[in-house]
Amino acid sequence: MTRYITQRLLLLPFLLLIYSFVIFVVIQAPPGDFLTSYVATLSASGSSMSAEQIQALRHSYGLDQPFVVQYGLWLKNLLQGDLGLSLEYQRPSADLISEQLGLTLALALFSFVLTWAIAVPAGIYSATHPRSIIDHVLTVVNYVGVATPNFMLALILMWAAFAYFDISVTGLFSPDFVDAPWSIARVLDLLAHIWLPALVLGIAGTARLSRIMRANLLDELNKPYVVTARAKGMKEWRLVLRYPVRLALNPLISTIGWYLPALFSGSLIVATVMNLPNIGPLLLRALINRDMYLAGGILLIYSFLTIVGTLLSDILLALVDPRIRVEN
Amino acid sequence: MAEGSIAGVAAGLAAEDRIAVASNWKLVWWRFKRHHLALFCAGLLIALYMIVLCPDFFSTQNPETTDARQAFIPVQSVHLFDDGKFSPWVPAIVGKRHPVTLRMEWQADPSRKVPVRFFTPGPVYQVFGLFESRLHLIGPADPTQRIFLLGSDRLGRDQWSRIMHGTQTSMTVGLVAVALSVILGVVLGGLSGYLGGKTDQVIQRVIELLQSVPTIPIWLALSAALPRDWTPIQVFFAITVILSLVGWTTLGREVRGRFLALREEDFVLAARLAGCSRMRIILRHMVPTFLSHIIATSSLAIPVMIINETSLSFLGLGIRPPAISWGVLLQEAQNIQTLALAPWLLIPGVVVIVAVLAFNLVGDGLRDAADPYSG
Amino acid sequence: MTSDTAVPLLSVRDLRVSFTLDDGLVRAVDGTSFDVMPGQVLGIVGESGCGKSVTMKAILQLVDRPGKITNGQIMFRRRPPGQEAGGEVVDLALLPPKGAVMREIRGAEIALIPQEPMASFSPVHTVGDQIIEAIMLHGHRWDAGRRITRAQARDITIGLFRDVGISMPEQRIDAYSWQLSGGLRQRAMIAMALSCKPRLLIADEPTTAIDVTTQAQVLALLRDLQHKYNTAIIFITHDLGVIAQMASYVVVMYLGRVMEQGPVDEIFHAPAHPYTRALLRSIPGLTGATRTALPVISGTLPHPFNRPAGCPFHPRCPDVMARCAEAVPNLEPVGPYQAASCFLHHAEASAT
Repeated sequence: MTRYITQRLLLLPFLLLIYSFVIFVVIQAPPGDFLTSYVATLSASGSSMSAEQIQALRHSYGLDQPFVVQYGLWLKNLLQGDLGLSLEYQRPSADLISEQLGLTLALALFSFVLTWAIAVPAGIYSATHPRSIIDHVLTVVNYVGVATPNFMLALILMWAAFAYFDISVTGLFSPDFVDAPWSIARVLDLLAHIWLPALVLGIAGTARLSRIMRANLLDELNKPYVVTARAKGMKEWRLVLRYPVRLALNPLISTIGWYLPALFSGSLIVATVMNLPNIGPLLLRALINRDMYLAGGILLIYSFLTIVGTLLSDILLALVDPRIRVEN
Repeated sequence: MAEGSIAGVAAGLAAEDRIAVASNWKLVWWRFKRHHLALFCAGLLIALYMIVLCPDFFSTQNPETTDARQAFIPVQSVHLFDDGKFSPWVPAIVGKRHPVTLRMEWQADPSRKVPVRFFTPGPVYQVFGLFESRLHLIGPADPTQRIFLLGSDRLGRDQWSRIMHGTQTSMTVGLVAVALSVILGVVLGGLSGYLGGKTDQVIQRVIELLQSVPTIPIWLALSAALPRDWTPIQVFFAITVILSLVGWTTLGREVRGRFLALREEDFVLAARLAGCSRMRIILRHMVPTFLSHIIATSSLAIPVMIINETSLSFLGLGIRPPAISWGVLLQEAQNIQTLALAPWLLIPGVVVIVAVLAFNLVGDGLRDAADPYSG
Repeated sequence: MTSDTAVPLLSVRDLRVSFTLDDGLVRAVDGTSFDVMPGQVLGIVGESGCGKSVTMKAILQLVDRPGKITNGQIMFRRRPPGQEAGGEVVDLALLPPKGAVMREIRGAEIALIPQEPMASFSPVHTVGDQIIEAIMLHGHRWDAGRRITRAQARDITIGLFRDVGISMPEQRIDAYSWQLSGGLRQRAMIAMALSCKPRLLIADEPTTAIDVTTQAQVLALLRDLQHKYNTAIIFITHDLGVIAQMASYVVVMYLGRVMEQGPVDEIFHAPAHPYTRALLRSIPGLTGATRTALPVISGTLPHPFNRPAGCPFHPRCPDVMARCAEAVPNLEPVGPYQAASCFLHHAEASAT
């Protein structure tokens, strides 16, 4: 087990290296660069720059160097812990990212916890009371939940809140707390606001997870070890939680790692619609404007978190399932 | 009790013979028929693809026609009966300018009935680019009038017609993207699983790489990279390719897993011992065992693609106006204030939900029908 | 029908269990009656689908939906450990399956040895944990007044492992079921069944999933334990050879009804029912004529929805009469301790 983990940890830097290359290729692949879109924006608003000015800027940003050189420069800076300068904001990318990263992670984690807290009990109930009214209702809710794009749900909820309750559901903080320093009160305020976007973000995942949990548990409930446990005289709910639920959860635990990328992706769209502070819109702008260091830095951090997430879920699975843990 | 239930579909002793000689596809069809809900949804999807074939027939007018004076007209619902007679009509819309906001406010006036007809002549359009037609499924009795069955947007465009055209784009993108994914997934996954060794290792690493990068940022990057001056058609194809490039990995892994497991099966060994060539074993023995599973998985992948395309277009990075897709239509609904004024702008989203639901239910039904061990 | 004037431990009367499926009603058990005396080994034998497993499940109130006990009584004499006489009689068929009384009885007074030991242990818990759980659930069987601690339960489990012949019990107790060989697993399963000193063991085809050598060992073990603890065993199997070795009283079932029952010697040497006779005939033997076709029972098992009217065996019976298709024969005595449900013997019985 420890050997397996050490192997994965050693692979981590290599994977990141490969990712960084892929990311750089993707960002730089299309023709043009930051200055192209910058100039386009300028001319759209009426002003312009002379060809020499453009060329001078291009040189100072290093944008006239060949691709490999640019990549090498970026890599060198990365290894020194420098994420580079955002060309558009003229600030270190690291600053911009760290401002938004915390809240993005908070949203993703909250959504993750909410998803599991709702989906697992719902799946267990559905499987132990098949064809009951609640099971049917949950099934319908699940199907619709999977079918609804999360931005749609956000739109509907926001519209309903605005049209019927006159509430404006935007932002993660009340106006008082937006720029306030961190305090218990601020955290509570955050919690009060974050559950709605977390719910919107997690609905599709909750629906999918609950259906899988239900299916897995239905399979397990028919197995002989459940009969044995009942024959021992255990209480029904106790034996269901201790035995088939444990086994039904195993395949789900192995998928935890893939949740993180899905949550980051999803949070981007939801944050755009609901006007939440999120790395997503930052990334979006950076991609559209070809602000390559900022975009590259953000994408790299996403990838890193994903790899870590997958590793954690594999470790968790090994802890929970002795069949994987005990090497024969 | 598999015996009991299949026997239920074809009762009687003679029927047991029918089951014994029925081909796999027949069995799958029989099992699928028992899922009434899936059957209904399949019918719904067929209807949607009818619209894909000829959206103009189903529209009431040209989706591009704008008229700023007719912006934000609410839904004009169709009433089928007039005083007990079958004579469809929609209420006329009366507009009044609000004295303070100077905004046009529309009210339905049921006393003034605008008659509509089915299969009525309307604006001209091209069928498959081959010949012209004026026939529309539904339209005003007086072709010069404009009716708005699902309201109008901020430029006075008819939403019903735009949704019809959006259906053509969105449903096609999903289909084409999944088709590409399936080809990529089956070929690469199959090679990986059957050949094993180095090929398998390389392809596996590529799949892991693609899967662990968060998809939406990569889409955004690729979509943002599309030159702004490409035509909508080019953008359309580029988007489908991009969607499928990331989407093939799941199917690829599954196909690989199946091939790996099947390689060890006794019937493959028997085929090899009988002297079959490798190609023949793959095509004639292995692939048919999970072909139905691939079809079921693909039909469950299409709604995912539809949601992805809708999300991308909604963000402005997918299909771009003047091309119409459901996501493009939903862009109009981004503003909450606008939405409060004109909630019918959310209707394209409802269409998305219905289409995706239908695909999911059909896919589930297909998957259950294709699985020889269930039901 | 009893071998002595002692009171039966378990008394099943006219048990009927039906399954309501979408396509119809399946009467899995259709009027079964038998007794189990304390310390007796009763063998229930029959083909697959004859209802022997469902009968077993009904006794433990473990019948799965959509099955239900629709009729009958299952009278069980409860007795706290240490007492030799007395104890209340309870009708198990009337108890709610998930209720407290049934849960007290399960494991502690009636225990199950399931068919597949591999699948019957949870793969993610150690075998020791699962047995300790059973012991602590019914702690009063070991220590009437106080609760059993985990450490005590662990010691008891190690002792049980020794009793069933598992070597190195202190290590094996922390093993997972998939780490043990087939024979060890079955022994561990037997240890779990015995863990709360039950008075009745139900062994559901315990030798089907293991090879013949291990089978012999397991059967020997069960015989020893039965003598040592004076536990009654209901042995369910389709293997007549196992019945001959283990049982003292045999019940032959077909399509949910008892065809014949009696002491093992009588059943094997003087079978009264045509079905029993056909079963015994179809056992291949080492002696006798070679190069002859193995005698089989003609016809096939009818579809559960197509039960024949009258006697369930009559379409395949070599001695069928006209009466057999019209009425269902009841279980009537054909000897001092033997009974059969066949019109052939009703004629004799009413004649004598």
